[in-house]
Amino acid sequence: MPPSLSPKPAAIHLEPPDHGSSPWHDAWSRLRKNHLAVSGGIILVALTLLCVFGPLFSQSYQDQSLDLGATAPGAAHWLGTDTLGRDLFARLLYGGRISLMVGLVATVVALTIGVAYGAVAGFLGGKTDRVMMRIVDIMYALPFTIFVILLMVFMKEPAEKLDAWLRNTVHLEGLQGFGNMLLLFAAIGAVEWLTMSRIVRGQVLSIKRMEFIEAARSLGFGRRRIIFRHILPNILGPIIVYSTLTVPAVMLLEAFLSFLGLGVQPPMSSWGVLIKDGAEKMEEFWWLLVFPGGVFSLTLFSLNFLGDGLRDALDVRTAKD
Amino acid sequence: MLRFIARRLLETIPVLLIIITATFFMIRFVPGGPFTAEKAVTPEILRNLEAHYGLNKPLHRQYLDYLGSLLHGDLGPSFKYPNRTVNEIIAEKLPTSLELGLISLLVALALGLTLGILAAVRRNTWLDYLCSTVAMVGICVPTFVLGPLLVLLFAIHFGWVNASGWYSPVDRVLPCLTLGCVYAAYIARLTRGGMLEVLSQDYIRTARAKGASEARVIFRHALRGGLLPVVSFLGPAIAGILTGSFVIETIFQIPGLGREFVNSAFNRDYTLVLGTVILYATLIIGLNLVVDVAQVWLNPRLKFE
Repeated sequence: MPPSLSPKPAAIHLEPPDHGSSPWHDAWSRLRKNHLAVSGGIILVALTLLCVFGPLFSQSYQDQSLDLGATAPGAAHWLGTDTLGRDLFARLLYGGRISLMVGLVATVVALTIGVAYGAVAGFLGGKTDRVMMRIVDIMYALPFTIFVILLMVFMKEPAEKLDAWLRNTVHLEGLQGFGNMLLLFAAIGAVEWLTMSRIVRGQVLSIKRMEFIEAARSLGFGRRRIIFRHILPNILGPIIVYSTLTVPAVMLLEAFLSFLGLGVQPPMSSWGVLIKDGAEKMEEFWWLLVFPGGVFSLTLFSLNFLGDGLRDALDVRTAKD
Repeated sequence: MLRFIARRLLETIPVLLIIITATFFMIRFVPGGPFTAEKAVTPEILRNLEAHYGLNKPLHRQYLDYLGSLLHGDLGPSFKYPNRTVNEIIAEKLPTSLELGLISLLVALALGLTLGILAAVRRNTWLDYLCSTVAMVGICVPTFVLGPLLVLLFAIHFGWVNASGWYSPVDRVLPCLTLGCVYAAYIARLTRGGMLEVLSQDYIRTARAKGASEARVIFRHALRGGLLPVVSFLGPAIAGILTGSFVIETIFQIPGLGREFVNSAFNRDYTLVLGTVILYATLIIGLNLVVDVAQVWLNPRLKFE
């Protein structure tokens, strides 16, 4: 912050009144009444816990047993085994780790770019804003899926090199496929930030003109402080809602890429990879398609219901409907 | 309006140029070429091949050559299919993809509008909830799950249709239904939202007060305004259907351009990749422009800026 001549404002602490209810509290009680959203949230938490901790207790996801081959769901293997005799339940949990992680990390990437870009455009306004948003408009009209596909195909070798370099220098065998994952995060994050930036910009524009911002400015606060301390907390609602709705979009894109053989690479696995394998063998072994497809759809359901619930609870108007 | 279209068209030129340039250099700077995967080509043959396709020239020279022939509408020879040009391949495969996309879009519109209007007119009844749930299922079950499931059910279990192929009209049913479903779901949600907003307007009350029949109120007065969100969604929907066909063509083994594009990327068929990217970009940008014009035309409150 540049030095200013205005007196340094005294720290003001406003204690919230004891019996009032904050907007967040209101939102929470509204959300709790929405059964679909609550069930979505519970399912998500349960699935996440299962995927994170489940593999510690279940059968190994890569133990093969070629003699066993593909078996239908039964007592020994709840969801059956694949053609290499690997337990499908364990593979689902392990694949879920990757799918959920991609969903989360790529969303964070998209969120960071989108919020920063939108906040800058909205706050600076004027010509800068016009140029920045025109760029977003143009990018909206581009066939981005095509670029993600090209990126995944053509950057595969550099990613593998990075992978090998990481393993040789850091000596972590667990990092196998890490370069490819990084590429996936970057590629997906680079695509999904556009809507977020539009929303943030619109919100910043409307909040910027409010009196408390003027007050903060007249107190001599710098731009950065005004953006991060005064504006961003006030648009947290839309940001949360959109992040929740971006996660399923991101997971869908990852699965789409994996289905084409471009996403997560073996020996790693994700729900998209499992669906692809299942679709190839479904004529004989229906469970290989039905269970991964079911779990994936269930996750998308939960995320969408939770996102919609949050939107209603936080009273965010969306461009979507 | 003409000025608006002219300006947008002018704007398209630099955008396309950036796309072509970025794609061209991205696929060239990465190791591996169209001939490296083939079984041990002797260095001499490799040199001849490269000379034949002009790959031995300096990169910027190749780039300028490409742009030059592009101006004549020539997308160059394919590297993987000997003696075939990219133009020929596109001319052969594109109609299939367009047919798939067009029918899917029609399926999406028919299903989505019906569900959305029904849900809005019978708001908060079981019909509304049913339509909304069906729409949510459509959004959450991705094409690459829905497609194989439909095949499993209708082709393998019941044996009503073929599991793959693109020969008879019946072969169109499953692929187009699969691809159209997601967008039907979005359209249904948007239609419902748009219709609900419009139905609460004063002019709808006026129309009812004049004694217009319910059907007339809905189709004549409400629909036009209620459809605005759907029209603005058509741009992304068209782009999604075009790229979504990559997966559909893979699942149902349809000989379209989408599958060709993915294969060409794997094969590093430089010219075919570039050609299809340019084609898809032009199609998507052009259709977006059409949608934008339609939007202003339908909604006089918007202006051509």
